[in-house]
Amino acid sequence: MQRELPFEPFRILSSRTMVLPQENIDTDQIIPARFLATTQRHGLGELAFYDWRRDAEGAARPDHVLNRLDPAGHRILVAGRNFGCGSSREHAPWALVDYGFRAVVSSEIAEIFAANALNNGLLPVVIDEKTHRLLLERPGAEVVIDLEQECLRLGTHQAAFKVDSFARACLLQGADSLGWLLTAEPDIARFEVQRNHLRETEATA
Amino acid sequence: MAGAARPAAGETLMPSSAAAPRTLYDKIWSSHLVRDETHDVPAILYIDVQLLHEVTSPQAFAMLHERGLPVRRPDRHLATFDHAVPTRPAGEGGERPFVSDTARDQVETLASNARRHGIPLLDWEDPRRGVVHVVGPELGLTLPGTTIVCGDSHTATHGAFGALAFGIGTSEVAHVLATQTLLQRRSRTLRVTVDGALDDGVDAKDLVLYLISRLGIGGATGYVIEYAGSAIAKIGMEGRMTICNMSIEAGARAGMIAPDATTIEYLRGRAPMSPEAFERQAKEWLELRSDEGAIFDREVRIDASEVAPMATWGTTPDTAIGIDAAIPEPGSAGAQRALDYMGFAGGERVADHPIDVVFIGSCTNGRISDLRAAAAVLRGRRVHPDVTMLVVPGSSAVRDQAEAEGLDRVFVEAGADWRLPGCSMCIAMNGDLVPPGKRVVSTSNRNFEGRQGPGARTILTGPAVAAAAAVAGRVVDPRSLEPVDAA
Repeated sequence: MQRELPFEPFRILSSRTMVLPQENIDTDQIIPARFLATTQRHGLGELAFYDWRRDAEGAARPDHVLNRLDPAGHRILVAGRNFGCGSSREHAPWALVDYGFRAVVSSEIAEIFAANALNNGLLPVVIDEKTHRLLLERPGAEVVIDLEQECLRLGTHQAAFKVDSFARACLLQGADSLGWLLTAEPDIARFEVQRNHLRETEATA
Repeated sequence: MAGAARPAAGETLMPSSAAAPRTLYDKIWSSHLVRDETHDVPAILYIDVQLLHEVTSPQAFAMLHERGLPVRRPDRHLATFDHAVPTRPAGEGGERPFVSDTARDQVETLASNARRHGIPLLDWEDPRRGVVHVVGPELGLTLPGTTIVCGDSHTATHGAFGALAFGIGTSEVAHVLATQTLLQRRSRTLRVTVDGALDDGVDAKDLVLYLISRLGIGGATGYVIEYAGSAIAKIGMEGRMTICNMSIEAGARAGMIAPDATTIEYLRGRAPMSPEAFERQAKEWLELRSDEGAIFDREVRIDASEVAPMATWGTTPDTAIGIDAAIPEPGSAGAQRALDYMGFAGGERVADHPIDVVFIGSCTNGRISDLRAAAAVLRGRRVHPDVTMLVVPGSSAVRDQAEAEGLDRVFVEAGADWRLPGCSMCIAMNGDLVPPGKRVVSTSNRNFEGRQGPGARTILTGPAVAAAAAVAGRVVDPRSLEPVDAA
């Protein structure tokens, strides 16, 4: 399809890390529910980790790492185990991408969040525990994430990671999957015709 | 697609021999394959029903509009608003008390998108309107053997009927709007067998909180759970929905229970088909279960008699303990942070601290059986003077039924606030929120920091424990309340 790419192709990302060591960072922390009353998907970066970055009166906490570091130079978020659990809100990756992140690294990443991230050009990298520990211990480290090789490099330390091969191909090309799915229409139509057991259970609201 | 938490490609593929015993999940999965998965490409899975609400759909419709795409099967969709809606009635001029213009705009956007694309919408005046995971089953849309999705992580609720139901993101909502399919990798399977009997005074919520405490918050990531066993068989459909609803709180993709006579009884008269067709279908549905000898990737067994009335002490749903048990000493920085946030200390009991707010409602516990359980505790009693109590039915149908049974009077006479249906204080985006630092005993599903309002401290329980907490001003076992004077 000849249209604008939904996000920049992702091949090799070389950046410093920003570290949030807490485990089980849920999507309510990434973007609180009261900001979900929006019909937009752009410009949500200001709201990323809002209640962590700001006090009860809404003033920025200058000492918080997310306020202290320049997002442009810290495009890799390293987070504690089980990042992105909870609500399925895609506002979470929208906010992280708009803030400036291109990759999230953890030893465990929640499933719906990971799928949402991939659909927005944000690479979820699930890494072995030793590498994870090294990354947590060295905030601001220079890290290279090579999606083609599926390899993360921290100085001389190297670690392999796996990304679903289709999602990887989409990211390398900067393509989203809807265009591809639309080409399956003949198969979808055939499936509907062949399958008759649902005929009697049509949605009738 | 299943994302980065998956093992290497091919690792979970099951033998494809037709004779091999299959799980319930395998059967629904394979009957919905438009194309099977390969190493390079995920499966294309057909979706029978997509449910839509106002929060996660506007950007999906925008994605279609940007590309000039139609909604492929509007008849396989249902739209309802629930998250951002006010639970207080409209004013005299008909003006609804939305928390903000953006909330109003979001609801109006869903209504206009539904009209534009011919999608059935449960509008304000529709007597069937309500929380998406409450109305789907009520309307008979949730049927055994089907695939159901929604841009909402609690979609697993519908798995109680033997459906494969799971939450998706907004891009995927757009995929289903445009193609009625999703790109998916097959999940691993986890069978949770619960045998024995739950004690009196222990409900489905206690059971699922107990299970999540055993599995851990990410303990079932990458899995679809099938709940089985004699204790599950004894639980009614609403309790089964409560259990499946919270599967995501252990990280599971979905939770499901094979259809049985209880399922068929619930569906009779609701499923949109003729009585003859229904009886024919019912026979097929009763055959829909995991085959004898089917292999699950993982098995967990629970003795139902181990389960006590539960309450959470921390800021993740896996921190439930028996309400009389001691809060564990913190073993990590995360546990210490959770205790500090909640104002608790290791060795104390949750019951040692006063509470400020009680919330009964949500897609987890906003059904009629939940309101009955809460009302049974409140009947003849008063809400503690220091406690504010909110009762929010899960749908208009639940509200009507409760009023027909006089439950609304029980709540109001006890001093609780009886509201209109919606997600309300579970997600606290409609203005129903817990003040900073206050403790809420909530029948909802998440106790994350700030979930029910900035600084709010959430204790998750079932409806009877929540109602008892409203009376006592702290978490107590409902069975320990002073008996009500028979007069």
